[in-house]
This record gives sequence, structure tokens and C-alpha cells, in this order.
Amino acid sequence: MAVVKWLRRNLVVIAGLLTLAYMILPNVVVMVFSFNKPNGRFNYAWQQFSTDAWADPCGVADLCGSLALSLQLAAWATLGATILGTMIAFALVRYRFRARGAINSLIFLPMAMPEVVMAASLLTLFLNMGAPLGFWTVLIAHIMFCLSFVVTAVKARVMSMDPRLEEAARDLYAGPVQTFVRVTLPIAAPGIAAGALLAFSLSFDDFIITNFNAGSTVTFPMFVWGSAQRGTPVQINVIGTAMFVIAVLVVLGGQFIASRRKNSASPK
Amino acid sequence: MTQKTEGGDVRLAGISKTYGSFTAVHPLDLTVPQGSFFALLGASGCGKTTTLRMIAGLEDPSTGTVSLGDTDVTHLPPYKRPVNTVFQSYALFPHLDISENVAFGLRRRGIKSVKKQVDDMLDLVQLGQFAKRKPHQLSGGQQQRVAVARALINHPQVLLLDEPLGALDLKLRRQMQLELKRIQTEVGITFVHVTHDQEEAMTMADQVAVMNGGRVEQLGAPADLYENPKTTFVANFLGTSNLIEAEVASTTSDVVTVTCGGAKLKLPNARCQAQTATGDKLLVGVRPEKVSIAHADDADSIPDGRNRITGRITASSFIGVSTQFIVDSPACADFDVYVQNIERDSRLAPGAEVVLHWNPEHTFGLDADQAIDAGVQSVEDAS
Repeated sequence: MAVVKWLRRNLVVIAGLLTLAYMILPNVVVMVFSFNKPNGRFNYAWQQFSTDAWADPCGVADLCGSLALSLQLAAWATLGATILGTMIAFALVRYRFRARGAINSLIFLPMAMPEVVMAASLLTLFLNMGAPLGFWTVLIAHIMFCLSFVVTAVKARVMSMDPRLEEAARDLYAGPVQTFVRVTLPIAAPGIAAGALLAFSLSFDDFIITNFNAGSTVTFPMFVWGSAQRGTPVQINVIGTAMFVIAVLVVLGGQFIASRRKNSASPK
Repeated sequence: MTQKTEGGDVRLAGISKTYGSFTAVHPLDLTVPQGSFFALLGASGCGKTTTLRMIAGLEDPSTGTVSLGDTDVTHLPPYKRPVNTVFQSYALFPHLDISENVAFGLRRRGIKSVKKQVDDMLDLVQLGQFAKRKPHQLSGGQQQRVAVARALINHPQVLLLDEPLGALDLKLRRQMQLELKRIQTEVGITFVHVTHDQEEAMTMADQVAVMNGGRVEQLGAPADLYENPKTTFVANFLGTSNLIEAEVASTTSDVVTVTCGGAKLKLPNARCQAQTATGDKLLVGVRPEKVSIAHADDADSIPDGRNRITGRITASSFIGVSTQFIVDSPACADFDVYVQNIERDSRLAPGAEVVLHWNPEHTFGLDADQAIDAGVQSVEDAS
């Protein structure tokens, strides 16, 4: 009886922990196997503990080159998609113009369309235009599909903004530029940041569209896929673990700063 | 604090605003004297907020000009006008703390050392200890005071207040009314206050413009508007009026005599807003608190020379300081009478036959060509 009672009281917590475990477990496996010393080329069975791969993360040919390329692509795609997406979001919320409704729904198309279809049609477009496949075609494609996510994130924020705040700024001697920099941008910032983070991870992680349009360029996901045919170097796990740890640290850092800001502003 | 800015009056000349085919404000001339507390009063949608926004520069007038003193500011953007606004929702910047909110206007004009001014201003609105908090950590009344401080710190020539007390509860609103009045007297800046609350307008303002349907119905000091309404809208919107449809029986240079439902009423010719030839229709009005009520048995003791109407009490409600009666008479179906509870006559209960009487001097006459119930506030309008 006591057990049933205890279960009943803690059911929500247990369900939560199980879900968390379900989500974290693959990452844990990646992490553990980054310390493996496999026999042969495939890193699928545990042999013995080793830090060899951590000591030499670039030890596999082309791995770090592809990683650098992916990071570079993600950074530029994020920048491009965030700037364009923010402007589109403001235009869609703040202004009434012809075809606004059409753009409003078309902007979601890249989110709804199967990626492989989009990848194929982009390839057709680039080939017909005679554009050489490579860094630039991939970047254009990434900016395109990141755009809809940025627009969605920023639009939600801009819609909840009180337009009177900007009127108040103009009333208090702020010209158009000052109003945007001092009031509009800081208030929209959380939405823009969310959109940028989404764009970064989507671009970094994309495989299908990139694979179709990259030509001979190799990004990190393409490298992982390519090497998986022949064997999986432990360094892939090392990079994966490092990305995971960095992401977690960034989130924790953000929360720490937010809570400190809240504390310092609260009544003493 | 009491530094007087060179300025002068706010002058609106032929100013109007149309949106497509809808006219929010009909061409309007209005002068707000420097240093006065001026109220624009009207129901929602009467054009009062649009008028205010045109003074602020947040709305471009379709026609006409806005001048501050001798300067035409019609085409100046809001950030170049020496005018500041307290918005209805306060519009405090959520990402800035209280002192940065207050300092915003000074910083935009390139003033570096703002601390002393900000501290002084926060003290004026009694919020000194809240300087480092964020707006959402303050109560509605405190946010409202921040909004006032943020506008006043710039020493504008004119402070515009757009229903600044609308979001506060009744008790706090009373308190803030006195507070705003105190601040206005202290800093001597022209205040233009938009409100739908007639009591608020009358308590605070030196001058009230009553607006209806995009037009100013009447302009004047609160007591003047209340005692001498020129239209049925003003008569009904400011307080309550008993309006009786009557016919002019005779006219002298001083006194107009009218008949209605068998009764003969007199009113001063000077208080008639319409033609008073014999046979003309006239709306005769009297405020409920000017009327005395006597039981029909005591009719003989009413002094001569007073206007009198007979009727029957249909309802009475006791509200402490006074009792309100509704009397059904042949002249007027629902005649309101407010009686101070000095001595209460127990015979004055629903069903009792009564005589209503009042001094003819307290009667006013209005043009009968207008809706008798214009400006009567129904329950839906009250919010």
C-alpha cells in the first residue's frame, strides 16, 4: 500500500525523469564512446577507456576542415537569415501592403515542405542557372530555410509589442533611429535571439539540402555520413560531445545571467 | 522645478482629422491658455484622444494648424515638439529600470548628468526608493506616477494626459486626481487632460471642453458648464438634468413663461438658448438637487413665486447623505429629485402624491430641436 501511495504522489516526477532520460540517453552514449578505444574502424562496441581521441580531435583527415566550414556556414546563414527575417517580421506585423497575406503564408512553405523535395528543386534551379555548386549555393539554401524560422520567432515577439512604446519614445525626443535602437530592438531582442539560435542549429545540422547542393564541398554532417560508410572515427564522438557540452554551458550561462539580473532588480 | 518655459497658449485652428470617409474630428478651434489645467471630456469615440494626439504630433491633422505660442508646430514630428504625453497604458519601457525610464527624454537630448534631476523628479512623485526597479515590479498607481515623472522631467510647454487614471481603481483615482492637481500647481505647466469621467474633469480642470461626435459642444469652467449647459448633451453628460418638453406661453425681456402638462413654469430669459416666441417649443431643464419635494398635504406652505409640478413618487433610494426620488408627473415621466437628509418626511414613500418646487432662477431653457436624451450615459457606455 505504501508503495502505491508513494508512486501516486511522485508519478509526475517519475514521468518527467523518464522523458528526460529518453532524450539524454543518446547523448550519454555518444559521450561515453568518445572515450572508447575501438578495435578496427567502427566505434560501435566498448573496448577500453582512452583519451586518445580527445587529445587529438583533428587526427582524422578532413574532419576539422569540414567542421570549420560548417561553423562558418552556420554563422553566415544565421547572420543573413536573422537580418532578413527580422525585417520581414516587422514588415508583416507593422505594415499593410499588397500581397501581405500571400507572403505571410508563403513564408512558412520551407517549414512545411519535405526537405528532400526542396533540396531537389533547389538543385534544379542552381543547375539551370549555371551556378557552380559549393559554399555559396549551400549558403543561399541555408538562409532560405532558416528564414521561415526566424520570421516565426520574431513575429510572435513583435506582435506582442505595444506600439505605444515606440510612440512614447518618439514623444520623448527619440528620432526614428534612436527609437529603433533604444526601444524597438531591445524589446524585440529575445525573439531575434531565439530565431538566431534556431537558425544556427538548423544550418549547422542540415544534411539533405546541403548534400544536394554542395557539389564537392563537404560540411561536417556530410563528413560524418561519408565516413560512416567506411568506419566511424572516435573523433566524431568527441566533436559531438563538445558541441553538446558547449550548448549546455551556453544555456546554463544564460539562465545564470537572467536570474542574477532578476535578483538585483527585485526589492531588497 | 518651477522654471517657466517661454511658450504661451496651445492654439488649434481649424484642425480636423478624417480616416477615409470617417471624420474623427470636425474642424475645431481651441485655445488652451498657458499654465491652465484643461480637460477634453467626452464619451469614447468622440475625437478627444485624436485631438490630443494631433497636439502631440502622433497624428497628422487632415486640415488646420497647431501652434504653441507663436510657433506653428503642425509639421514637426513628435520628437521635435516641446510637448510630452502620459499615455493611457503608461507605455513604460519594460527593459529599462525606473530611473532610466525617467531619464530617457533627457538622455535623448544629449544631457549627460541626469542623476540629480532624476532623483528630484522621483522625489516629486514620491518614488525615490524605487529607482532601480523594473516597471512590472510596481503597482498601477506607481507606474502611473513614473509615467508622469518621465514626461515632466523634460519641462515640456504642455503636458498631455490621455486618460491617465483610467486603469486605476476608484479610491486610487481620487488620490491621483489630487496628486496631479498638486503637481500641476507646483510646476505651472499647461496640462491637457483627456477623460470620459465628467467628475474627474470637473474636479481637476480649470476649463473643460465637452466633445461629442468630433465636435466641441461647449467650453467653459466646470461650474459654468454645469449651471448653464447649452445643449442637451452637456446637460445630460455632466451630471443629471430633468428636461421637460414645454411650449412658450409668454415672453418678457426678463422672464419666459412656459406651459407643460397643465403646469406653468417661469425661467429667466437670459438662460434660454433658443427662440422664445409665443407657441415655440422649448426644453426646460432643472438639476435634481435644486428641486424641493413636499407632500401634497403641505402644498399650501410652499412659498409663492416658485415653479411647481405635481406628481407621484414611483421610486426612492436612500444613499446616506441624500435620498433620490423618481417622480412621475404629467409634465415629465421620470423626474429626478435629490433631497439632503436633514429632516426626513416619512410620508415621502413610493405612491405618495407630492409637489415639486424650485426657484425659477435655477431653470434653463434649451432648443427643442435636439434629442432630449443626448449624452445620457447607459450602462454599456459607463466603462
